[in-house]
Amino acid sequence: MTTLQSIFTIAAVAAGTVLTRFLPFLIFPEGKTPPKYITWLGTVLPHAVIGLLVVYCLKDAVFSASHGLPELIAMGFIFILHRWKKNTLLSIAGGTVFYMFLVQNFF
Amino acid sequence: MKKRAFQAALPYTIPIAVGFLFLGMSYGFLMRSKGFSVLYPMLMSFFIFAGSMEFVTVNLLLSAFHPGHAFLLALMVNARHLFYGISMLDKYKNVGWKKFYLIYGMCDESFTVNCSVTPPPEVDRGWFMFFVTLLNQIYWVSGATLGALLGYVIQFDTKGIEFVMTALFVVMFLNQWEESKDHRSALTGVGCSLLCLLVFGSGQFILPAMALIILCFTFGRRKEYKETTG
Repeated sequence: MTTLQSIFTIAAVAAGTVLTRFLPFLIFPEGKTPPKYITWLGTVLPHAVIGLLVVYCLKDAVFSASHGLPELIAMGFIFILHRWKKNTLLSIAGGTVFYMFLVQNFF
Repeated sequence: MKKRAFQAALPYTIPIAVGFLFLGMSYGFLMRSKGFSVLYPMLMSFFIFAGSMEFVTVNLLLSAFHPGHAFLLALMVNARHLFYGISMLDKYKNVGWKKFYLIYGMCDESFTVNCSVTPPPEVDRGWFMFFVTLLNQIYWVSGATLGALLGYVIQFDTKGIEFVMTALFVVMFLNQWEESKDHRSALTGVGCSLLCLLVFGSGQFILPAMALIILCFTFGRRKEYKETTG
């Protein structure tokens, strides 16, 4: 990707993000109430999107030579660490270091 | 008036500062390890200012040029903002020019504080929410910039460091799982995405997955509605 293409890509992402933030205020100006279906989607969608993002992270690993085995082991490690210590930042840092150790030494 | 609002807002943002500095730094460091100059994480964290999407954008910048795809992906990954916005329609009323920035800087954490904290009566509500939002953005941009700068100084084998993004989402997933009793939503997300990944391949599974998720929800809701009304 050239620098110009990078700038366009970043601008596209920024535009999409800004739009998600401003849209409700544009559609429902002061005084208008949104339909129930929309507010309901707002309560269930965030959970599903995180699931989608987890799969997104693994999309290339699944089809790679190791079939996502190191990712699976590291995710198991995160699961145990998070159950044990319940510390978000520790789990993220620990999981990443553990994964790096795995792929640098065994895979 | 501003000083009071700042003093009231600061304590609520301290725990966020710790998280944002850490995550921002790992994001900046990741970008640097992929060969980007410090300007990239600095400007991206400022203009995009949506953590998960910034991590995803690292991948986008390393693959083929598809700005339309990038735009749609940003819409979907950040779709939750739509619902934050809907919840804040009332709260962001009557705050003058600050409303523009409050909406622009509405990240998960600023939303959580602004939505749940009522400032003391002697503090101006608009300025309180403004400082919560501003401080959080300062933490995030500083973290990303610092992380990239560290990347110039510290050299080690960074193979596998991109897993920080996976770890972040896995932990967010676990936290949400613990918080709610109804796991259907989370399972629908994982199930639909996995299915579409296998059917459509890694290049273009996101759009169908998102459509399938919304479809599942909509049908599930209708069924539930019918059952409750007999």
